[in-house]
Formats: sequence, structure tokens, C-alpha cells
Amino acid sequence: MAATETAPTRTLPAVPQIVAREVRREPRGWTSWITTTDHKRIGILYLVTTFAFFLIGGVEALMMRLQLGVPNNTLLEPQVYNELFTMHGTTMIFLFVVPIWAGFANYFVPLMIGARDMAFPRLNALSYWLLLAGGVVFYATMFFNPPEAGWTMYPPLSSSAYLPNAGVDGWIFLIHLTGLSSIIGSINLYATIANMRAPGMGWGRLPLFVWAVLVYAILLILALPVVAGAVTMLLTDRHFGTHFYDATNGGSPLLWQHLFWFFGHPEVYIMILPGFGAISEVLPVFARKPIFGYKAVAAATVVIAFLGLLVWAHHMFSTPSPTVVLVFFMMSSFLIAVPTGVKIFNWIATLWRGTIEYRTALWFACAFIFQFLIGGISGIFLAIFPIDWQLTDTYYVVAHFHYVLVGGAVFTIFAALYYWFPKMSGRMLSEGLGKTSCLLMFIGFNVTFLVQHSMGLEGMPRRIYEYPDIHHLAILNLISTIGSFILALGVLVTVINVLRSLTRGVHAGPDPWKANTLEWFTSSPPPPNNFDVIPRVRSVEPMKDIRREIDRRTGRSTPPPEGVPESLVRA
Amino acid sequence: MPRALRAPRRHKTLLFAVLAAVAVGLMASPAALAGLISPEHGGSPNADRISTLYNVVLVLAAIIFVGVEGALIYSMIKFRTRRGAVAAQIRGNTRLEVGWTVGAALILVVLAGVTFALLPGIRTPDNSDAGGLRAANGGILYAAGPAKRLPPNGKALNICVNGQQYVWRYTYGARCKDSPLNSIFGYTTMIAPTGTTVTLEIVAQDVAHSWWIPKLGGKFDAVPGYTNYTWFKIPRGMEGHIFRGQCAELCGRNHANMVAFVKAVSPSDFERFVAAKKKQIQAADAAAAIGRKKLDRDPRANP
Repeated sequence: MAATETAPTRTLPAVPQIVAREVRREPRGWTSWITTTDHKRIGILYLVTTFAFFLIGGVEALMMRLQLGVPNNTLLEPQVYNELFTMHGTTMIFLFVVPIWAGFANYFVPLMIGARDMAFPRLNALSYWLLLAGGVVFYATMFFNPPEAGWTMYPPLSSSAYLPNAGVDGWIFLIHLTGLSSIIGSINLYATIANMRAPGMGWGRLPLFVWAVLVYAILLILALPVVAGAVTMLLTDRHFGTHFYDATNGGSPLLWQHLFWFFGHPEVYIMILPGFGAISEVLPVFARKPIFGYKAVAAATVVIAFLGLLVWAHHMFSTPSPTVVLVFFMMSSFLIAVPTGVKIFNWIATLWRGTIEYRTALWFACAFIFQFLIGGISGIFLAIFPIDWQLTDTYYVVAHFHYVLVGGAVFTIFAALYYWFPKMSGRMLSEGLGKTSCLLMFIGFNVTFLVQHSMGLEGMPRRIYEYPDIHHLAILNLISTIGSFILALGVLVTVINVLRSLTRGVHAGPDPWKANTLEWFTSSPPPPNNFDVIPRVRSVEPMKDIRREIDRRTGRSTPPPEGVPESLVRA
Repeated sequence: MPRALRAPRRHKTLLFAVLAAVAVGLMASPAALAGLISPEHGGSPNADRISTLYNVVLVLAAIIFVGVEGALIYSMIKFRTRRGAVAAQIRGNTRLEVGWTVGAALILVVLAGVTFALLPGIRTPDNSDAGGLRAANGGILYAAGPAKRLPPNGKALNICVNGQQYVWRYTYGARCKDSPLNSIFGYTTMIAPTGTTVTLEIVAQDVAHSWWIPKLGGKFDAVPGYTNYTWFKIPRGMEGHIFRGQCAELCGRNHANMVAFVKAVSPSDFERFVAAKKKQIQAADAAAAIGRKKLDRDPRANP
């Protein structure tokens, strides 16, 4: 009590708040990539690694499409075909789409919220190396027996009685390692976003990509422990004599399906929500207009995530389940359509009455909206369980989830790449190559997957290595195979574009798009400490405020000449 | 000035004309393009009803598709940057946003209503036709099953479907927990009487499979430890028709070759098939009994 009376009277000596003991030189050489804890370098490691896995998974897809190009083909053995679709699905989900968002989030979340690094830089490095370890363990199975029970790994097929070789075990360890990587990474992202925002950046001023990453992190934290437990039970079933999934000893194969999809459906939103966030950044910048309904878009992200935890059994409509269960999961799946629809309407309304600049990132964003809507609509058919009885486990489902994950997630990843590449590399990507790539991918994607709806309706189940020459299956499959190679060509053009632009691209400068968020406040690429000065955030578009303030102080208050887009004035 | 005023109206008329044409085209085309844009049907009322439900949803979906993609493409073209254009700095419109949220929800209420209206006809089996398999037929028809769904009059022909790597086994008229050896059974091709409600009890004995004959209705997984139920009723006049299907749940390397056929026969032919099979079973039993007696008498076989 007495101390409080004396304390305020003492004055502290005037010293600087931060003392730099030494300015360390930026580490160079290949070892610096292994020891780095810089969120930007880790982000680059994530992006390069996951993109490499994307290319491997793509080659696997092309091999499958080659096998299915003609009826009764004998190019691949049934075992090899089963291994390919298992590797393809697992790679694309666990080693590409989910972790590439961790890569973008690593690089851009601290920059967008005005932080100098992630909350736990060393844990951040651990997340990346665990991911790489998961990928290595999984691909090591190529040298003995890759798993062949599909990425869903349903027992009893995945039990030791039917697949005694170690491929399934490799898959289980992949889930463990990448799961651990994602959980650690998510906690890190959550802590960073919750604690390290620039002064003035309240929750209502958080960029929409950061909102999406926050929800992505929460979903990963909720869903991954469930699948980690489920695969551990599969591991003990396989090797240590338990019978969790063994019906002959009182276990239940449906238990696996419930646990797997309790994780598996949130996983879909884990893959697509950051993409939604990236689109919500790209559209306003190139439409030169604020996002339409910021609060609605952010709230829709949260609502989708919540509902996404309540719909898992719509993957199980054809299993022996009571009607009341089917009805519940049909209705909960319907509900998700509302916030998703809201997002699509808000994006279109963002374009409405804007002045749209057609840069490559915007091309990909528009292609994404077009395609994702188709995936959403086919999802409504699948949510109606009597219709699902005809469609589930056919190529209709294959078409649906590729519209969501390729037409949706992959196109958003490409939009994000074209949008943020100048910040990461300091150089612009070629617009000509970019637009060629987008056009080829758009045509290739739709040619590949639109016809797959019809294959499913005509009775072609998924995961079959050959099919008879009945109905229109031969011509539809041939079209699909041709489309897949056009899609692959489109991806290749972007790979060339990236490699070429790294050395030959036009220098980007700090803010080539005249964008809205703080990552464009610093130089491209940013220095190790990101920002020398962290500005105070006064709105959801801090860069607009900063540009206006600079104009005011420099007396350049006159607007750019009539008819010339703002972003072109600077160059 | 008058031209500028007329232009939007012409756009609107054109838009309505396109919408109407698409809607009419979609209502007419499922018949012409069955299989390509709507599910297979024509072998059983439940498959037909699923197809009807699909077509209703398809029309609604087509309207949404044209409306939303139209708005997207329109704004992409109309609002591309050009000389003198200034972007409207709109941050939202609460009334509009509430409006389309409620609108989306209403569409889903309509979809749910249509689904619930058609659901009982898909889930619950129809009664057999008057010309179907007669009830008194060697115990083949069951008046009541265990937990499974039965038609309103409680009478249906029961067939147990058993999935195993990589073949389907059908046991006719049996209670499925019984050994198939006491009943008539066959593999791959199921013989089914027309005009008769056939209920299926679907089980698996090794890994999970999925029973699916597209023209006879949806697919139902065969999961070890569980029994799944479905039904079909092939209309009279389709005798001789063979419906093709195949396993729809990954069951191993030869999953693609686990095919299933259902051959429609007239009820009298079905009775003849049953009688012939019974005769074969009796003959085989008699032959086995003789052999058994011989073995019983043989001291080398009974040390």
C-alpha cells in the first residue's frame, strides 16, 4: 500500500527502447536455408516444396488419364493404377493444397498484419521440416510398396489382412508427420494473428486473407487430432492386435469412416477458405474498389468453418445409416450453401461498377468464381441423399471435388502466386505467359472435368483401372484425357514463367498493384526485419490511407490523369 | 436519348428469353440425354423417382447457374477499365446482402420440400403388381423381415446380396443370417421376376463393397458387420432385359472387374427357375447321401 505512493515519483533515465547490439549480415549459401527461422524464407521453402509435390501429383494424374484414355486399356497394371490414385490424392491434399496455404500464410500473414516475424520462429521451421519429413516418408514407399487403398484408406481393405505390405504404414506416418506439422504451424499462425497485429489493426481491420488463415488454423487444430487418433488406431490394428475397425472381432469399419470424414470434410474448407481469402484480396485491388460487404465476407468464412464441422456424414450416404442421420446431414450440407453463396455474390458485387484491370491474378480469380460455382451447384445435387445414392463413388463425385479443389483451390493458388510473386521475388511475372497459362488451364480444366459428370451419370464408378466400351464412356474418357494434357501444359507455362521471371522479370518495386494491405508497404522482397517503421492502421485498407497521406504531404493531391488506371501511372 | 432508354429494356427481354429457352430446353432434354445429364433410370420406380428429383434440381440449378455466371460475365465485360471510368467506392449494402442471404436460404427450403415429398417413394418399397410373383411359392416370399423396409402390404421377394473380393453372391428367399447352402444361390447374374417387389439385404464378407445397378436405383454399401437394405421392382414387359452394374466401393486390385447383372424374367419363368434349382439341389443332396452312406460303411474312412 505504501509503495504506491512513492512509485510514480521516480523518473527513469532517458534511454532508447530498442538497442541493436550488432547488425548481423544476412546469411548466405545453401546451409542458410536449412538453419533459417525467417518466416519469409520458410514460406519460400513451403511454396517450392509443395509446388514440387503438385507437379509429382500432376504426373500421377496424367498417367491415370492415359490409362483411361481408351476402354479396356492395358497400359498400367491394376495394382499400379490403385497406387497412383492413392499417391495422387494423398499428395495433392496433404502435400500440396493444405501446406501451400501454410506457405503463403507464413510469408504474408506477418507482412499483412505488420509484424516482424511469426510468434515462434523456431517452431515455424520445425513445421516445415516435419512436412518435408512426411513427404519423404510417404514417397519412400515407392521403393517397396506404395499404398493402394485410396487416400481415404478405408478398412478392412487397409487392414493388415488385405494389405500386409508397409505402404499403408508409410501413409499413416505421413498423416502423423504432416498433421504434427500443421498443428504446430496453426498454433503459430493463431498466436501471431492474435498477438502481433500492427497498432490500430483491430479484428475489424484484419485483411480478409488473414481472417481466412485464422479460420484455417482453427479448423486444422480441431480436425487434425481426430485423424491423428484414427490413423494411430489403424496402426495398432495393423500391428499390435487391436480390433477398432475389425467387424469380425467387435470393431466397426464405419467408425473409421466417421472419424476420417470428421476430419475429412473440414479438410475441404481448410483447403478452400484461404483461397477465398486470397480472392477477397485480389478482386478489390484489380477492380479498384473496396471489397463489397467486408463484414459479411469475414463472417461467412467463420460460419462456413462452423458448419463444415457438422456435415461429415454426407460422405457416407450410401452406408447402412438410419434415415434420420441422412436427413440431418443433408440439411446441414444445405446450410453451407448459404454462406458460400453470400461470398460469391459479394465477389461479383465487388466487380460491379469497378474499373477492372485485367492482370493475370484477376483472370485466375474470375476463372475461379466461374468454376467454383459449378462445383457448388453439383454439391447441392450430392447433398440430396437420394440423388447421392446414384452419384456417390462415381466420376460425378470426381468431377465435383475437382471443380472445388482444382477449379476452386488450385486456381486461387495461381491467383495468389501471380498476385504475390512480385513481393516475394522483387520481379514481375510475364503477363503474356501468365494469361496464356490461365487460358490453357481454364480450357484444359473444364474439358477434363465437365464430361466426368456425364461419365458418373452413365454408371462409371471412380477408382477403376479399366472400363468397358458401353454408353458414351469411350468418347467421354478420351475428351477428358485430352483436356488433362491441356491443363498440364497450362501449369507448365506458369512454371516456365516463374523460372524466367526470377532472373529476367521487370523490377517490381514495393507496390506494383497499388494494393490495399501492409505487405506492399515494405520493399520487394522485404528485408529480414520486414519493416523499419510499422505504420498505425486506421482502416481495412491501410495502403490507401498511406498513399493518400503521402500525396497530401508532397502536395501531389491531384488525381491521376483521366482514364489512365492508377496502377499504370507509377510505371 | 430515346435509344439509350430503350437499350436496357431490350437487354432485359433478351435475358428473359435466354432464361426461358434454357429452362424449357432443360426440362425437355433429360429424356433425350438420359445418362449424359441425368441419372440412369427405367428399370425400377425408385430409380425413376431419383431421376425425377434430379431433373427438378437440375432446372433450379440451371437457373442459378445462368443467373450467377451471367452476372459475373456481365460485370467482367461491362466494368472493365476504360477511359474516364471511375470505380464506385461502394463498401456494401445491408438490405441487398440480407436479401440474397434470405433468397439463397429460400431456394434451399424449396429443394428440401421437393426432396421430402419424393423421399418416401424412393426409400419405402412399392407393393408388387397384380401380375407379380404369387405369394404362395415355396416360402420364397416373406411376409415380414427383420429390420428392413417392406412394402405397405408386407410382401416382397427377398434376396440376400453378399459382396466378396471380387464377386457378388445372391441367395434367393433366404433369411440372410442362414447358410446359403440350404437355399438357392448364384453368382454375378441375379434372376429377378418382373412386376414383383424385390427387397435386397446387402452384406460383405471381407472388405467393403457397394451394390449398384444404375437403372434399378441408387447404390448401397456392403460393409462387414452391417446389413444394408434396398429394393427394386422391374416393370412387366421388360422380361429378358439384363441390367448392368458394378461394385462402386474400392475393394482391391480387381475392383473394376466386380460386375453385377440383374436378368429380368417373367414370374412364371422365375418359378420354373426356382423349381429347376430345387430339383438340382435334391439330386445333389441324394448323390451326397449315397456317397456318405458308402463312406460310413467303409472301415478305412472310420478308423
